[in-house]
Amino acid sequence: MTERMTGSQALIRALEEVGVDTVFGIPGGAILPAYDPLFDSQKIRHILVRHEQGAGHAAQGYAQATGRVGVCMATSGPGATNLVTPIADAYMDSVPIVAITGQVPSGAIGTDAFQEADISGITMPITKHNFLVTDPADIGRTIAEAFHIASTGRPGPVLVDIAKDALQNEVDFVWPQPMQLPGYRPVTRPHAKQVREAARLLTEAQRPVLYVGGGVLKARAAAELRTLAELTGAPVVTTLMAKGALPDSHPLHMGMPGMHGSVGAVGALQRSDLLVALGARFDDRVTGRLDSFASGAKVVHADIDPAEISKNRHADVPIVGDCRDVLTDLINAVRAEHSAGRKGDYEAWWRQLNSWRETYPLGYDQPEDGSLAPQYAIERIGKVVGPDALYVAGVGQHQMWTAQFIGYENPGSFINSGGLGTMGYAVPAAMGAKKGRPDTAVWAIDGDGCFQMTNQELATCAIEGIPIKVAVINNGNLGMIRQWQTLFYEGRYSNSDLQSRRIPDFVKLAEAYGCVGLRCDNVADVDATIAKAMEINDVPVVIDFIVHADAMVWPMVAAGADNDEIKIARDMAPDWENGD
Amino acid sequence: MSRHTLSVLVENKPGILARVASLFSRRGFNIDSLAVGTTEHPDISRMTIVVNVEELPLEQVTKQLNKLVNVIKIVELDSSASVQRELILIKVRADAETRSQVLETVQLFRAKVVDVATDAVTIEATGSRDKLEALIRILEPFGIKELVQSGMVAIGRGARSITDRSLRAIERSA
Repeated sequence: MTERMTGSQALIRALEEVGVDTVFGIPGGAILPAYDPLFDSQKIRHILVRHEQGAGHAAQGYAQATGRVGVCMATSGPGATNLVTPIADAYMDSVPIVAITGQVPSGAIGTDAFQEADISGITMPITKHNFLVTDPADIGRTIAEAFHIASTGRPGPVLVDIAKDALQNEVDFVWPQPMQLPGYRPVTRPHAKQVREAARLLTEAQRPVLYVGGGVLKARAAAELRTLAELTGAPVVTTLMAKGALPDSHPLHMGMPGMHGSVGAVGALQRSDLLVALGARFDDRVTGRLDSFASGAKVVHADIDPAEISKNRHADVPIVGDCRDVLTDLINAVRAEHSAGRKGDYEAWWRQLNSWRETYPLGYDQPEDGSLAPQYAIERIGKVVGPDALYVAGVGQHQMWTAQFIGYENPGSFINSGGLGTMGYAVPAAMGAKKGRPDTAVWAIDGDGCFQMTNQELATCAIEGIPIKVAVINNGNLGMIRQWQTLFYEGRYSNSDLQSRRIPDFVKLAEAYGCVGLRCDNVADVDATIAKAMEINDVPVVIDFIVHADAMVWPMVAAGADNDEIKIARDMAPDWENGD
Repeated sequence: MSRHTLSVLVENKPGILARVASLFSRRGFNIDSLAVGTTEHPDISRMTIVVNVEELPLEQVTKQLNKLVNVIKIVELDSSASVQRELILIKVRADAETRSQVLETVQLFRAKVVDVATDAVTIEATGSRDKLEALIRILEPFGIKELVQSGMVAIGRGARSITDRSLRAIERSA
């Protein structure tokens, strides 16, 4: 197929051809040519956001909720630089997005032209790949390559920067376009010998743990994970990025490991003799001090990105491959071990694990002054709304409580900013998730600090008919900062008091944005307030939960500390030998 | 720490040098020497990168390099199984009194004089790093006015070529 058209038309056609149905963005000078044919597109719906950062996070939320590539669009210069945070976020959490930016005309590149920024240079370290297109003939192929790179192998963000003249000049549009990526060959099929070795170690181990990361969700391998777990009877821990990969209620699930993980999950890793890491990357928030992390364990490490294997912790059995393929092969290899009469015996291990689990369940105290515990509000949202909703968190205390207390039963039902830790992620990401899955309830659980970074997208949600719910866990402070200042800075609360229970008034703010605003400041009203929010489905709802300011996230391993130094509350360490 | 020579085949596209160089710097590696040029195939450039690192971090940086979409292939060239050469141009003080001694040194090192002035000569020399360092050491007493070195280039010994399969990849994708 060949047709004469402008570069802009070619861009929109290529986006249609690769299956894009939603683009989040804001027009501006350099990208303006693209917005003209976009106006006519019958296949692509453009959501006009209020800030480019919102467009980027919305594209991430859309991608996380649907498994498809999220798309955001911005103009040159400040439009493009406003995308830097979501691009970096998508890079850290391996989220497939394509960012399309306008660039000044090719003849003006390098002259410090109005609204010129070298966005391909700026985003080089935070994209999986990026392109600068100056010839309209390259637009179609580049879009095909960008979507291919973003969505295959280890997913990630790809930026396509297009010079204004390339959008304006004419070209013979050809589709389909053969890709030219001789250096891009992601390995997805695992090596059979390594998989057999992993299976052998699993049956020989006495204290194995399946350490499950976000890669399992990216590979859509939750069913295979469950099969392997049940087949072996090995305990499972799911990281912040993998919540829901195995239901929280599953008896083999030991919870989340890491800085704010459960004692059972942290203890399981620390005392294990075999870690089977699946799509996880031994992040410092999981390992704590690296040299004392699971020091008695052999490591099987399966990941689609070879560079993750042995990056932080040496892998005894490296397996490069897509987690679904790895799990499928591993299941077969374990079955072969079983048929040969070799089966792991983890009974003593489970006695130990169960004793930790029973002695140190996740929990929290109700504040003595009768004010609302933030954990309670979040726990009730999980119970009242149920496991079929999508939960999107910002970053901080509320994020950790949302990981701990919602109760995830479905893969992908928790969306958050794990690696980069971007405050302000929740509202725009929830918007994108809801746009991608309009029939699913989407709850943003946000902090009052985070909420004030990106709540302008409530306007977008109200106008575009994207009825998300936002539960602001309002403790009036940068809560996690306050917690660290309490624990490590002698209670010197330097610049962490936002006074956001006074200014702004979140209920009025919600109303100003065309949303419904509700407020709840006591235990008795929590369920009714959540129920009321659930009844409203034509506009977004914001609930201002006024909560106790001094609640802390427990358990906690201090940054850089040995995981064995986990505290279940201030100055309270678990007794590891308990019940053994 | 030990010295490693990496031959990196890359697509001949704008920005690739920046991608490779910035990857080294952001992962905390210093490049000792870097030389880039086209190969027998116009679509492929070859970088020879010399780094001073331990074995494990080298493996990590190689894997990270491999993730760059424009990087086609990376081969570590062992010094015993490859020919490694650098080129230097040295401007040395050489007046009537010292010129003959300088020229003698040039001959000993099989270098050559490429420019002569009344009180200086410019010498061109190629060779391994060790040889060139020795030459510089011996010329130093005469007074080195200016020195410029190319990065090291290296090629494996024997009949095999590291570009064969990469060429096929390029042809397949074209």
